[in-house]
Amino acid sequence: MITARYHREIPQRYRLEAGKCKKCGFIAFPHRLVCPKCKSQDFETIRLSDEGKILTFTIVRVASDKFSKQTPFAVGIVELKEGVKLTTQIADVDVDKLEIGQKVKIVFRKIQEDGKAGILCYGYKAVLI
Amino acid sequence: MVGIVGYGSYLPRYRIKAEVIAKQWGSDPAAIIRGLQLNEKTVPGQDEDTITISVAAARDAVKRANINPQDIGAVYIGSESHPYAVKPSGATLIDALGIGPDVHVASYEFACKAGSEAMYVAYSLVKSGEMKYAMGIGADTSQGAPGDALEYSASAGGAAFIMGKEKVAAEILFTHSYTSDTPDFWRREGEFYPRHAGRFTGDPAYFKHIMGAANAMLEKSKMSPKDFKYAVFHMPNGKFPQEVGKRLGFTKEQLEVGWIVPWMGNTYSGSSPTGLAAILDVAKPGDSIFMVSFGSGAGSDGFIFRATDELPKIQNLGVKLRDMLLNNQIYLNYGEYAKFRHKIKINE
Repeated sequence: MITARYHREIPQRYRLEAGKCKKCGFIAFPHRLVCPKCKSQDFETIRLSDEGKILTFTIVRVASDKFSKQTPFAVGIVELKEGVKLTTQIADVDVDKLEIGQKVKIVFRKIQEDGKAGILCYGYKAVLI
Repeated sequence: MVGIVGYGSYLPRYRIKAEVIAKQWGSDPAAIIRGLQLNEKTVPGQDEDTITISVAAARDAVKRANINPQDIGAVYIGSESHPYAVKPSGATLIDALGIGPDVHVASYEFACKAGSEAMYVAYSLVKSGEMKYAMGIGADTSQGAPGDALEYSASAGGAAFIMGKEKVAAEILFTHSYTSDTPDFWRREGEFYPRHAGRFTGDPAYFKHIMGAANAMLEKSKMSPKDFKYAVFHMPNGKFPQEVGKRLGFTKEQLEVGWIVPWMGNTYSGSSPTGLAAILDVAKPGDSIFMVSFGSGAGSDGFIFRATDELPKIQNLGVKLRDMLLNNQIYLNYGEYAKFRHKIKINE
């Protein structure tokens, strides 16, 4: 069962909530308790923008069981406007036409199913603009 | 003044052409396309469902309304394809949008008119003064059995509408609902595909209920079809909305903008709501809009809207329906479509 962990991660997975250090401005995504730059514990919650660009990507042609029916699919590192980098699937695309530097929008999609009768897990993916 | 203060719509990028489905089952594509007036339909991606479609539409609705999501007091999603049998789709949506937790949430179901039900209740709560804003959504990823006539039409998409009293973009002037026990189309508990009663879905069901609601609204409002710039009716295929429009006295020009079904298919609970979104994308202040939904079982909800000076200010703040409808399509063959729609039996 992945219920409790999934529930804990809802703010970052659904709303791109991050922690911004009030002392040095470092943005932690997902949220952290201690700033890795200045060791401050004083954060404010911000919502990241939903636009960015592809820094790099790979094509998954042989996937784990849960994702095997979706192959081939692209997973990339996307840099958002705030400079935050996140790893995400790049959806609705011909994987052979993807290029580094393409602009993307972060969208809300189903990420996985916890078996046939378990919960549905939602979160963010990127699509080309 | 009470009405729509923000709206949004969403269609998946995937499509399948009616011709491809017809060839799969040995039918004559030209006869199917001519008979149903359907060229192609939207198909949800493997990671899309009623919840993700609703979230996409609702995010644009909040952008257009330019309000604090925390001020939304109710969220209702109407659909016949809620991903969970037990767990409200709106609970996921409110957390995705940052609404609540002080919010009333419910899933609605009434075949193809669950979306207009959600809109009607959202409107009524705001009108009564119970809350400042309320959101009604119609969205579906409907299924048609392989080889059935419904397979050419059952598609995916949705639209969201935020009702409020301030900066109203489309005022709601009149509403009317018309319902009776009519077994034209149904899906029993546990069944994967719906069943329908063939030609019985026409006159005793679709036409009777839409005309019942439409005529009552015209009588209440003391308006006639010529007083409207646009009209939109539930779109189970291309033919029915044109026919019911003609019987009521509306012209093809009045129906044209909202008649998106030939390229979208029937998005069930999202059908007339997406048609309304397409109209709101282009309507001008003062334009009157006539809308009647239809849900099998059977019933119709009718609305008369009037666009205000606020509408042009918000039209470009979100994605427009026809931009999604006519751009960036990804066409599927029948095998890919069958995989996307879980029509193939596989080992888990």
